[in-house]
Amino acid sequence: MPEGTGIGASVRRREDARFLTGSGTYTDDINRHGQTHAIMVRSPHAHAKINKIDKSKTLGMPGVLAVYTGDDMKVGGLPCGWLVKNQDGSPMVEPPHPVIAQEFVRHVGDIVAVVIAETKQQARDGAEALGIDYGVLPAAVSLGDAVKPNAPQVWPQAKGNICYDWGLGDKAATDAAFAKAHKVAKIDLVNNRLIPNAMEPRAAIGDFDKATGDYTLYTTSQNPHVIRLLMGAFVLSIPESKLRIVAPDVGGGFGSKIFHYAEEAIVTWAAGQLKRPIKWTADRSESFMSDAHGRDHISHAELALDKDGKFLGLKVETLANMGAYLSTFSTCVPTYLYGTLLAGVYTTPAIFCNVKAVFTNTVPVDAYRGAGRPEATFLIERLVDVAAREMKMDPAEIRRKNFIQPSQFPYQTPVALQYDTGNYDATLDMAMKMIDYKGFAARKEAAAKKGKLRGIGMSCYIEACGIAPSAVVGSLGARAGLYESANVRVHPTGSVSIFTGSHQHGQGHETTFAQVVSEKLGVPLEQIDIVHGDTGKIAFGMGTYGSRSIAVGGAALVKALDKIVAKGKKIAAHLMEASEKDVEFKDGKFTVAGTDKAKTFGEVALTAYVPHNYPITELEPGLEEQAFYDPLNFTYPSGCYIAEVEIDKDTGTIEIARFVASDDFGKIINPMIVEGQVHGGIVQGIGQALLETCVYNKEGQLLTGSYNDYCLPRADDLPPLEVQHTDKPTPCTHNPLGVKGCGEAGAIGAPPAILNAICNALGVAHMDMPATNEKIWRAANAQTARAAE
Amino acid sequence: MYSFEYQKAGSVADASKAATGEAKIVAGGMTLIPTLKLRLAQPSKLVDLGGIKDLVGIKAEGGGVTIGAMTTHAAVAKSAEVKKAIPALAELAEGIGDPAVRNRGTIGGSVANNDPAADYPAACVALGATIVTSKRKIAADDFFKGLFETALEEGEVITAISFPAPEKANYQKFRNPASRYALVGVFVAKTKGGVRVAVTGAGEGGVFRKKSFEEALGKSFDAGALDAVKVDAKGLNSDIHASADYRAHLIKVMAKRAVQAAK
Repeated sequence: MPEGTGIGASVRRREDARFLTGSGTYTDDINRHGQTHAIMVRSPHAHAKINKIDKSKTLGMPGVLAVYTGDDMKVGGLPCGWLVKNQDGSPMVEPPHPVIAQEFVRHVGDIVAVVIAETKQQARDGAEALGIDYGVLPAAVSLGDAVKPNAPQVWPQAKGNICYDWGLGDKAATDAAFAKAHKVAKIDLVNNRLIPNAMEPRAAIGDFDKATGDYTLYTTSQNPHVIRLLMGAFVLSIPESKLRIVAPDVGGGFGSKIFHYAEEAIVTWAAGQLKRPIKWTADRSESFMSDAHGRDHISHAELALDKDGKFLGLKVETLANMGAYLSTFSTCVPTYLYGTLLAGVYTTPAIFCNVKAVFTNTVPVDAYRGAGRPEATFLIERLVDVAAREMKMDPAEIRRKNFIQPSQFPYQTPVALQYDTGNYDATLDMAMKMIDYKGFAARKEAAAKKGKLRGIGMSCYIEACGIAPSAVVGSLGARAGLYESANVRVHPTGSVSIFTGSHQHGQGHETTFAQVVSEKLGVPLEQIDIVHGDTGKIAFGMGTYGSRSIAVGGAALVKALDKIVAKGKKIAAHLMEASEKDVEFKDGKFTVAGTDKAKTFGEVALTAYVPHNYPITELEPGLEEQAFYDPLNFTYPSGCYIAEVEIDKDTGTIEIARFVASDDFGKIINPMIVEGQVHGGIVQGIGQALLETCVYNKEGQLLTGSYNDYCLPRADDLPPLEVQHTDKPTPCTHNPLGVKGCGEAGAIGAPPAILNAICNALGVAHMDMPATNEKIWRAANAQTARAAE
Repeated sequence: MYSFEYQKAGSVADASKAATGEAKIVAGGMTLIPTLKLRLAQPSKLVDLGGIKDLVGIKAEGGGVTIGAMTTHAAVAKSAEVKKAIPALAELAEGIGDPAVRNRGTIGGSVANNDPAADYPAACVALGATIVTSKRKIAADDFFKGLFETALEEGEVITAISFPAPEKANYQKFRNPASRYALVGVFVAKTKGGVRVAVTGAGEGGVFRKKSFEEALGKSFDAGALDAVKVDAKGLNSDIHASADYRAHLIKVMAKRAVQAAK
């Protein structure tokens, strides 16, 4: 193996040179010959009937080529990927999701029409001139309001705006556990609605080849093959063989670019109508009102404890906002990615969870970094702190008492998952040591002398990643498999092209995947090319989300590489006139055990393509292998985060004094990239905890529709992040690399650590996110008032 | 953006003549250009002051400073004259927006725009500045007329702003965490004519003087002098970022901090 480029090396990200010098190729950088431009005309109302659309003025304007409305574009609806069933076994309410609104609009930003013109400016002028007569209807906007009796109905078929009423766990056993409880800790909490903000806004170019009848869609997607499947099969009825999806460089996704969006179908369909390419690029305001939002839960939870602080049972009731339509993954996020995680890292023997999904007149809500798992982790880790407070136990002590022990793996939780491995004490120990937990009292006292309130808080998270075993998710209602594919093409002179179904949009796959290849084949990184994001090049793929790329895509890659080595051994055995079973492959060389015979990987590759001396009757020429990998289980990264905060009572401002992370991701390919992923996740978690929240007014107008009002974390909001990998890692037991995935951990583990620290500083049981300066100021003042009494 | 005519003015007189009707003057463009990009304004013409050299520069005069209208925030922030005469003003300029804004945005543009959360209006009012225009000199107290409203008439162009030097002054800004504009900004100045306190970001009508603070601090220029002064939340903004009560509280906290930091 070339030194320092294999598994475990902190190789610098090869892709960064092009990103940092502005030489990447993003969708908006692509221009097709004869390209036209589309502007989406969006509803200004949260709920309205479309009485009439008058196109005449727009069609007469300079450069305008077409105006299409819902009446023109009668195609299939956007499909939802997961069927969730009610507790009584009946299916969820699954209303239609038209590509362009039909008769009614159901959220601000809903597409009413598309205007296509020679220039973007002309299309925008045309869009402004479109005459639309709306009959405005009352809107159901917030979760709390939408479930009230007599709330406006988003869909007539969804009574009370309920999409489904789902349950998981053993209700009777849980009730029995509560009946014998020494104490019950309770919490009411909100998981605040977030708006994803990828650096690159969504964009799409539809192209139609008159000569062949082939369609090409260039789009900002995390999973081009999924888009081909959904759009081709369900929306536009185009066979896969006539539809190519290219997702080139993509500037961040965080989940928001998983889903099949209407704009993709519109530009593809319209390109076929006009026989010209059509480009659409969202501006930032459009992104705020059309990218799927994240989180948005209201929950009540109760934890039953015995007199020693052992958890006996957990009851959770959650309302989850779906928005106006069911986006691709929406229905599984608050169920299969949330309810199944409610055991956390604890041995709670009985759990029952009820989730009601609710339609509202807002943008669809779907997966956002962590997807369901941050919501579950926030609920458990806040509730455990409330329990510790009520039991007068140290938060670390109550956690330790309830941890699943290393000897208990594989551990079957009461909420469907089976954890394969873990060591939760190890990450807790390390994080406590990193932050000097014992020294906190002295630091709190020192802060008090400066007039500051100091608090400490921890969270011990677990997540289910490496999504997902197809049979398991199929039984849960998934309408797709969740395996991954990889193709290894060894070229005649020994360089290698990898075709992966995973998609990189910031994660560093072009480096990490190449390291796996370099390790396994002994080929230098410069001779390894990672190709992704094009259905015209890659056999198939389910894409990148749910921290699945290295755990599933990487595993498929290893399987394909193993096939290459196996074939290489056959060729080498022939060349060296040895028995195949005596041939060994290491560091890029095939050798015969006990001899000095050797053939390099390059020589074997060349022989495969120049098969003059070749076992041609037994073996095909060429050196290229394909593999699909379907995981046997989820992977279970876990860890402990501890935050220390200082609060200024006068203003409510908060400083995160320290933030330490100890993660167990199993085997790590590139520690530097993993550290970067954890940094990014923690920052998004801090954003949710302190700054970010989506606000609609009662009429359904988005009040946080720009960066003036929607607060993303900035560098000066953040502390130095101290991130370490556990010294006692527990590699995944069921994938060939032992990897678990790391992309979402930070966003999952950080919010409860921050809120626990704030509640600790203020001496309060709970505070909802975001913990704004004003909320903290009010709580701090109430505390001062209490102290004065 | 809608289409518009563009004229680069060669002199203040040219600009005054051109800036009539639906025409708009553009200085640094830090507010106007985003407004145009969002199609929230449709001027017939943009009259660009960027080519008028006379409008750029800082002069020390009579112990104070006179700053040309087209002087950028960055230039004010690093000006030796400003740092010497009114260090609080240089610090304020250093705290506006981000480096891109500070290197494009101008003092004249900020004052003419009179954004209710902008920083400069508080400095102008608290320091008792004079706004010099193509037509006249206007006292800051008479210049700011409400949200985005000023005493400027059609075709009237700000040419400079003159700040007398205070004995002591300081500006404290509590930023809106999202926009980083002032959620509450308080400029306190101890001047020869008495103490002046101006508040930006908090008032429903933009910048205002806090007379009760001025009286208390006039008696004793000490943060403790404000302890007993009540701040009424009436007339203060209440929005998704902060309630009027919180803003009222912050006005006092920021004023006390400004008094403590004044130099």
